[in-house]
Amino acid sequence: MAGSNDALPVRTGFLGWLNKRLPVDQFVRDQLTGYFAPKNFNFWYYFGVLSLVALVIQLVTGIFLTMHYKVGEATAFDSVEYIMREVPFGWLLRYMHSTGASFFFIVVYLHMFRAFLYGSYKAPRELLWLFGMVVYLALMAEAFMGYVLPWGNMSFWGAQVIVNIFGTIPVIGPGLVEWIRGDYGIADATLNRFFSLHVAAVPLVLLLLVVLHLVALRQNGSNNPDGIEIKEKLGADGKPLDGIPFHPYYTVKDLVGVGLFLVAFAIVVFFVPTFGGLFLETPNFEPANALSTPEHIAPSWYFTPFYAILRAIPNPGMGALAMASSLVVLILVPWLDRSPVKSTRYRPLRWKIALTVFAVSFIALGYLGLQPAEGIYVLLARIFMTLYFAFFILMPFYTRGESTSRVPERVTYSSH
Amino acid sequence: MQGRSIRGLFVLLAGLAVAGPLAASESEGEHGAAGVNWQAWTAGNEVTNTASLQRGAANFVNYCSGCHSLKYLRYERMANDLDISPAQLRDNLIPSGAKPTDYMLSTFPKADAETWFGKAPPDLSLVTRYRSPDWVYRFLKGFYVDASRPTGTNNLVLDGASMPAVLSDLEGVKAAVFAQHAAGGEHGGGKAVESFEMVAHGRLKPEEFDGFVRDTVNFLDYAGDPSQVQRRSIGIWAVLFLLVFTAFAWMLKKEYWKDVR
Repeated sequence: MAGSNDALPVRTGFLGWLNKRLPVDQFVRDQLTGYFAPKNFNFWYYFGVLSLVALVIQLVTGIFLTMHYKVGEATAFDSVEYIMREVPFGWLLRYMHSTGASFFFIVVYLHMFRAFLYGSYKAPRELLWLFGMVVYLALMAEAFMGYVLPWGNMSFWGAQVIVNIFGTIPVIGPGLVEWIRGDYGIADATLNRFFSLHVAAVPLVLLLLVVLHLVALRQNGSNNPDGIEIKEKLGADGKPLDGIPFHPYYTVKDLVGVGLFLVAFAIVVFFVPTFGGLFLETPNFEPANALSTPEHIAPSWYFTPFYAILRAIPNPGMGALAMASSLVVLILVPWLDRSPVKSTRYRPLRWKIALTVFAVSFIALGYLGLQPAEGIYVLLARIFMTLYFAFFILMPFYTRGESTSRVPERVTYSSH
Repeated sequence: MQGRSIRGLFVLLAGLAVAGPLAASESEGEHGAAGVNWQAWTAGNEVTNTASLQRGAANFVNYCSGCHSLKYLRYERMANDLDISPAQLRDNLIPSGAKPTDYMLSTFPKADAETWFGKAPPDLSLVTRYRSPDWVYRFLKGFYVDASRPTGTNNLVLDGASMPAVLSDLEGVKAAVFAQHAAGGEHGGGKAVESFEMVAHGRLKPEEFDGFVRDTVNFLDYAGDPSQVQRRSIGIWAVLFLLVFTAFAWMLKKEYWKDVR
């Protein structure tokens, strides 16, 4: 097996010339063939690479969509239909992009839940988690602004609701909202700036953050389902006993994950692109109309857990504060979890119950955010919001001095 | 003035149609308890059925395109997708003066439409997408006599619809007998109908009219997403390819991972 201290291949000719000027071989050795990953990754470890696949799908389809999309309140909606009908395979580009947005969030949520399952945010990977959270926030901004671009009626009213959330900030709120919109209402100016941010500014920030996320990952190496640091058990050759080179082992394994992901992705793109109004909202097939409010305004499904929290509190300002807090507590989780053990496998029932309550609350809030804010739905949203916050706020107490089971010396892996 | 006279004409026609027969039918009395579950009507259309799409296109051109546009669909694109020959297209479907590459636009002036109906007839390119094929089906079959409306008819799906019952020469004119408990009010997903009474018969038998509406809805479903048939047929191959790819990737993975212990 190759290692990061292994000698680089001796090159002559063009490759020799190239490597003298650009550290290609060195990069491949340090990051792929000589980079060791734990051999016990399970299903949950696919979602990192799948996020990257989703990012590439969004970038590539986005570039081609930008060639045909015409920003502006008079042209945006028509140009989307033009893409759907007259651009060769424009429907494929558009459906891939709209489906890609939802799949991006699906894999990111599963990726984040993996971190909870195996304590991937715990020392020494707090910064890795932090960069990941900022990627997530940037992704939310990117998705929201992309959602406005088709200029359908849900784009318009969704933008109205979301931007108005900033209006609840004391003193500066109303001015801030006007500054964001560039007008007194959601208008042409808003659409133009969202386009600029969606295709240039936020993707650049996202790419930079993804690089930082990966650099921080490589610094300490991946965590694993047992939550053991493989670098602490080295063989005679100085290589981790429980590690295997990322390439070829994980490149071929990830290929299987990518294949499965693409099968699911293609099924949605080709057969159910609107996904019952969840991936492409039904009212968005009507152009933006300031005089006709959709019966029921809901943001995209991937925002609805937070939207449910926003609406659970009658006071809009307090609702917005609660929503912001629900994101902040996620960012703080490496410092809230006091358990000495990383993996759920070796943590007590108390933690397993707490984690289940959190997962159920998040999904329940996501469902409730899609329902009208009335009757039993509001009550349920308040209950699940309380459970959601309890999971985080009480975490320092129920995780301190946990009675953990014995963590094995080596990772559990059986070859099959 | 023009607007008023047209509206007056509708009222007059509807009044004539309603007055006599409706008065007679009201006294008939007993009806089935089950009622008409119109909220559950489904279009059951198939966008792969080209013959149905062709009939639907003809229906649209004959009965809808006077007022409604399909502003995102070109005649030529439609003809290609629906296996309609250029000659058939030219002779039967394109209005005089329009070119095959033109979008299917109504010549109804918007300003007049607004005066006459209070609302310009909407473009129907995406109606099956922002409503649904089933909704359009229920709408087209949901007209009933209502003397209080300027058009003389109302609609079960879209209460107060400004569109007149333009298909009544095919369907006939029907009066709705509403359930007693919901008299004058809404019930659940809409008005509860005990039964329909035919006030005047149309040129088509009920099942023929049903087919007419289904074909028309089918055509509008196609028009809402013209690439959908192609999309699904490509999709089968795309998914099959990806499954084969994944199977090979799986075998490759197994081969490489043999030596991991």
